[in-house]
Amino acid sequence: MSFINKPKVAHPSLPTNGLGMTRRQYEGSMSTLCAGCGHDSVTAAIIEACWGLDMRPEQLVKLSGIGCSSKTTAYFVSGSHGFNAVHGRMPSIASGANAANRSLTYVGISGDGDSLSIGLGQLVHAIRRNVNMLYIIENNGVYGLTKGQFSASADIGTKAKKGDVNQSPPIDPVLLALSLGATFVARGFSGDKAQLVPLIQAGMRHRGFALIDVLSPCVTFNDHEGSTKSYTFTREHYHSAMEADFVPPAQEISVDYPPGEAIPVELHDGSRVVLRKLGASYDPADRSAAYGFIENKLKHNEYVTGLIHIEESGNTEFHTLNRSSSTPLNRIPYEKLAPGSAALEKLLGRYR
Amino acid sequence: MPNLVTAPDRVNDFVVKFANVNGTGSASANSLIMKAIFRMGVPVTGKNYFPSNIQGLPTWYEIRVTRDAYAARAGRVDIMVAMNAETYSKDVREVASGGYLLYDATWPRSSLLQRGDITVIGVPLAQMVNENFEGVRNRILLKNIAYAGVIAALIDVDLGIIDAIMKESYGKKPKLLDSNTKALRLGYDYAKTHLECPLPLRVSKMDKTRGHIMIDGNTAAGLGCVYAGATVGAWYPITPSTSLMDAFKSFCERYRVDPETGERNFAVIQAEDELAAIGMVLGASWNGARAFTPTSGPGISLMNEFLGLAYYAEVPCVIFDVQRVGPSTGMPTRTQQSDLMLCAYASHGDTRHVLLFPANPEECFYMAVKAFDLAERLQTPVFVMSDLDIGMNDWMCRDLKWDDAYRPDRGKILSAEELADLDKFYRYVDRDDDAITYRTLPGVNPKGAYFTRGSGHNQYGAYTEDSAEYQVVLDRLKRKFSTAARYVPKPEIAGKGDSKIGIVSIGSCDGAVREAIDVLARQKIAVDYMRIKAFPFGHEVESFLSLHATLFVVEQNRDAQLRSLLTLETAVDKSKLKSILSYSGFPMSCDPIVDGIRATLPDAPRLSAITGKGAR
Repeated sequence: MSFINKPKVAHPSLPTNGLGMTRRQYEGSMSTLCAGCGHDSVTAAIIEACWGLDMRPEQLVKLSGIGCSSKTTAYFVSGSHGFNAVHGRMPSIASGANAANRSLTYVGISGDGDSLSIGLGQLVHAIRRNVNMLYIIENNGVYGLTKGQFSASADIGTKAKKGDVNQSPPIDPVLLALSLGATFVARGFSGDKAQLVPLIQAGMRHRGFALIDVLSPCVTFNDHEGSTKSYTFTREHYHSAMEADFVPPAQEISVDYPPGEAIPVELHDGSRVVLRKLGASYDPADRSAAYGFIENKLKHNEYVTGLIHIEESGNTEFHTLNRSSSTPLNRIPYEKLAPGSAALEKLLGRYR
Repeated sequence: MPNLVTAPDRVNDFVVKFANVNGTGSASANSLIMKAIFRMGVPVTGKNYFPSNIQGLPTWYEIRVTRDAYAARAGRVDIMVAMNAETYSKDVREVASGGYLLYDATWPRSSLLQRGDITVIGVPLAQMVNENFEGVRNRILLKNIAYAGVIAALIDVDLGIIDAIMKESYGKKPKLLDSNTKALRLGYDYAKTHLECPLPLRVSKMDKTRGHIMIDGNTAAGLGCVYAGATVGAWYPITPSTSLMDAFKSFCERYRVDPETGERNFAVIQAEDELAAIGMVLGASWNGARAFTPTSGPGISLMNEFLGLAYYAEVPCVIFDVQRVGPSTGMPTRTQQSDLMLCAYASHGDTRHVLLFPANPEECFYMAVKAFDLAERLQTPVFVMSDLDIGMNDWMCRDLKWDDAYRPDRGKILSAEELADLDKFYRYVDRDDDAITYRTLPGVNPKGAYFTRGSGHNQYGAYTEDSAEYQVVLDRLKRKFSTAARYVPKPEIAGKGDSKIGIVSIGSCDGAVREAIDVLARQKIAVDYMRIKAFPFGHEVESFLSLHATLFVVEQNRDAQLRSLLTLETAVDKSKLKSILSYSGFPMSCDPIVDGIRATLPDAPRLSAITGKGAR
């Protein structure tokens, strides 16, 4: 961690967003993670994304489990409520919170240990339930807080700091999410903020469950030679298949994209993600093609990043299927919830 | 028909037990008889003893006709309707001397004739049904209705009332109504023609069920959740709690769907397991909805980690524990009160939880509402400790009443305006000196934002590893539990208060205890009775314990968990506490209580020696 607390005074020249807020106002408390931790870059990208979306801080809900990554919800948007759940159980808290109030933006931050081992069941079912949330996995292949054990995302042959070599096959969150029918699946790299910020923005605005797996190297326990999740290895082996630009509602697409290479995808609130193909024939709407492509690349230790798969999923979103009231359930006046004494008296006839 | 033993006056005071095979549709025939007796103004109880199975295993249904309106299991069988060949020999043995046994005489059963002290009645049920109806499944179902007809004639149930009930059930399906009416008449007319009707054990109209209903506790609790304004229910299916969520959902579909838009003012989430179910409840409660989960012992075990977080981070939630027989998977379809310690101290670390103990379905309804008020007032988990007997059996209860002036006690939640007026919000500062702090909801005002965590936190809501800061919060939580003792329902105390003997009990033991008190009173033994309705125990509990020289603690588990809780959480001298335990899995009858108390009194013979009733 760094020991210098930045002054909270904002310089008048700092740029403000549509709400008149500076980026500083989207920060949280000081990070206690190791200096150089990839997770802090993800935190910075989230701050940038929220600032850019003109997000009201109280409209954001931050959720996490247990682990280094899960600590980071304290480090951004201090004007938002945060919930640090038990290990691997953040998806259930998110599901319940979302059930109670569908009008807020839910962001879950988790890690590869929290999501792919102890919390795998809850992650899988949150995807299946299509809870409207952005779920970020800060993926470094190791358990940090307990000092360097392999996680379930560790690649075969990767070497631990103490010399052990992992022999179990990894669980890849992207393949997992694709196979489960997730409608927004992306991968980013903590070292590539330019790519990550629009992914986060699009994920927040996507209606339904959005997953971003962010390769986020652990400088302390997994950044050595022989590790496949180090900064060096990741930089050499990641390549972007699909760049995404996020365009807020009512804003013109101002960049000139070469014809045939840009695919605008409209999100439910009127905003758009414009996808720029980097691969030759990559179609992000084609789930099985995406699966095959990613799987093939992974075989060769290549991490494809970008928005890997997207499809409209409003119809299967939890509240849509539930036919929930458009007024959030936690705001429905009690008078509308209790049937009253006359109805009760009538009902009792059934039990005589 | 020979009447071997002359029965005493047993009008409106006897037990009919139906021995069936599960999955054959006998439940509707059995409840038909029960409901008809209830409508004749005669108090009844119905107890279902069923296997953890879908089809083919033995199942029993017991109707106690009780003119004195006792709620407990009688512990005796006067008329056995023996419809299951597999359990014939056992069923024959269970009939009390002087009782009756009805069997299907289509097939001879010589083994049934081994007892000379009961009357065996054979009716060729299968033959009658086969001659009159087509289809295997149909015949199986209608044979049940036919024996209901025989029983109706034998115990003199009003045929007009039965017809009315069948009309209500099958009114929209005339074919079904016809075949059921015909089957009922087959049995009824056969009995009237061939048997001496009615038996001395018979039903005679009374006026003791007016203002009452027959309802099970899970239905009543589910209805209570609707009236409490609960909007989010999360659960994982587990016997015997499943029907609670079924009831909630079905009431919501009736009362909570906007007739114009079809929009639903509720969400029921079937979770992937109980760990997720409680997580969803916490997430929803934290976000300002009233949320709950129904479960049973194994589910509570899985929820333990989150319950500790809820206690420490002070997130309200309501858990219905419909207790069943443990340990482990145990006997899922049998009743017990064996989760008291599990729930009172659920989770690791120093945790203590609020428990409510309903005694019957009526209290399930009111306590469901109370549980939400307490959970939000105290910002902590609240357990409603029901059990299979209360939850799944039909009990005669007073009409449920609702006060339209009721408004939920949402506890200390700061509004957007209150937050705007605040200089700064701190989540865990005790501003009112009652150990209950203020909370805020997401989406209201950025000034209300705080970080909810199960890790060490100080009173300002910030992470801490500082001992003093940590202890400030932990000590306040202890004080909050004392505050809880002032809010929870007070015990119900009966008796003149001048006896040296007191009975202390909880929940579904109530019916057995009250019956035992009556039996003892007839033996000139006076006892006082305290039914505890909640944990933590208030000063009323302390004072009852201190005023009685001998205390019998009646409960349905092996390890005397209520007694343990009393010794841990009150000042009582534990040598005063004597246990009367029932943990067979069957609802408690009054006999072990009567016997247990008499056994400790000098010169008092066991009740069984006085009444001639066998040990049960």
